[in-house]
Amino acid sequence: MRRSSRVTDHKMGSAGFLEQVEADSGEKVRICYQCGKCSAGCPVAYSMDLLPNQLMRLVQLGLKDEVLSCSTIWLCASCETCATRCPREIGIARVMDALRHMARREHYPVQVREVPLFVSTFISNLKRFGRLWEAGFVGVFNLRTGHLTKDMGKAPGMLRKGKLALLPPRIKGMDKIRKMIKRVEEVNRQ
Amino acid sequence: MKLAFYPGCTLESTAREYLDSTIAVAKAIGIELEEIPDWICCGSTPAHMADELLSISLPAYNLQLARRMDTEGVTVACASCYSRLRAANHAVTTDPEKRAKVGKVLGGDYEGDVPVSHLLEPVGEIIKQPGFESRLKQKLSGLKVASYYGCLLVRPPEITGFDDAEDPRSMDRVVEAVGAEPVDWRFKVECCGAALAFTRPEIVEKLSGQILEDARDSGADIVLVACPLCHSNLDLRQCDIEKFLGVDLEIPVLYFTQLLGLALGISCKELGLHKHTINPVPILRKRGITVKGC
Ligand code: SF4
Ligand code: SF4
Repeated sequence: MRRSSRVTDHKMGSAGFLEQVEADSGEKVRICYQCGKCSAGCPVAYSMDLLPNQLMRLVQLGLKDEVLSCSTIWLCASCETCATRCPREIGIARVMDALRHMARREHYPVQVREVPLFVSTFISNLKRFGRLWEAGFVGVFNLRTGHLTKDMGKAPGMLRKGKLALLPPRIKGMDKIRKMIKRVEEVNRQ
Repeated sequence: MKLAFYPGCTLESTAREYLDSTIAVAKAIGIELEEIPDWICCGSTPAHMADELLSISLPAYNLQLARRMDTEGVTVACASCYSRLRAANHAVTTDPEKRAKVGKVLGGDYEGDVPVSHLLEPVGEIIKQPGFESRLKQKLSGLKVASYYGCLLVRPPEITGFDDAEDPRSMDRVVEAVGAEPVDWRFKVECCGAALAFTRPEIVEKLSGQILEDARDSGADIVLVACPLCHSNLDLRQCDIEKFLGVDLEIPVLYFTQLLGLALGISCKELGLHKHTINPVPILRKRGITVKGC
């Protein structure tokens, strides 16, 4: 029973982890009473290494390494089913967001490497063009993940139907928009 | 009714037919849509996965643009953009610290006071007006429709405030208004897998497959949606889903604007019905519906 003794021993936990997660997410993880409703309704639970309710418990116990290296935070689809149904009204999806941010910031190994690549490719596309240029986005994303031909079979049909733009969108005032997006980083640092 | 319109990135590309049918239907039922000039991407799921302040600032920027327009608020057709715009309003109205930060990013305070609706809401107002029926060119009787709401339109309810989070009926009322038959089914608010389509397609194939199978088992001829990402998972990826499940589905997936447009007598081309992967025209004709110009 090594695992359960680890999980119940409070002193093993990382000091201040629960407080940090609560501050970042704005959600009171400590009031979770382990009813399991979040996991019962989670559409992706079947593929997660920690169920959403288990994740909440490990956060309460301060088990930072277990939490920040799990697959759950990367597989969560942000569908908000858990948060809608939680009897304690915990915004579990926002806790997932906070944990993802923390895991990236502190360079934890990522179990589903495509997800942060998807996020960063999307954001850099958006910073460049102001709007998502889907063809460019999918091309770069496939290059970065190495799945070169993923969804390529769908491209000719989509092109024919005018659903895929070969050229990026153009909008006025991109300089101002880029500066605005840059200020996000500055304000975050303050 | 005059509303500022936020199309969002997908409506300009993969969901072209949602944009076209929205414009055609709005015109036909008297909703004046004025596109927000030089709107930018709302950030969608990746922005909130990357950075909270970015995820609020992008929609707030668009809402600030809309505030300068002379309209009764913003309306959105994409469920994901809708949820991000609503989330920005929610964040700045409930958290003064966030509002201050967003103000610094935008270079001017945003109070969170521009109302945001999903297109289903103004449409819902119009279809319940007395005499709406007389505007229809045909009734779509005999067509059985499973309305699929998915996630971001209804959840989390404190942000979207849309209908009933567990048993929404807004789209079913559109179905009734055009004389078609709404089916009761279990998967109307289940998740299709959303952006996991890019990162873990096998999860989308399983989740979207369950949705389509339940629609079929409930006797639906078609599935109706109000979100481009749901549409792409259920329609564009339906062949992958069929392979994954080892079954034939062939269930057409329509936007609610296309269904409404059919009843209003708008042509197949204008509604973009020919742009779907699963061709809806055969089942529509089989149910005695006139599909013009396909
Ligand atoms: S539904 Fe809420 S209270 Fe219940 S286990 Fe999940 S987080 Fe905890
Ligand atoms: S938001 Fe994430 S954890 Fe919650 S039910 Fe959806 S997929 Fe599961």
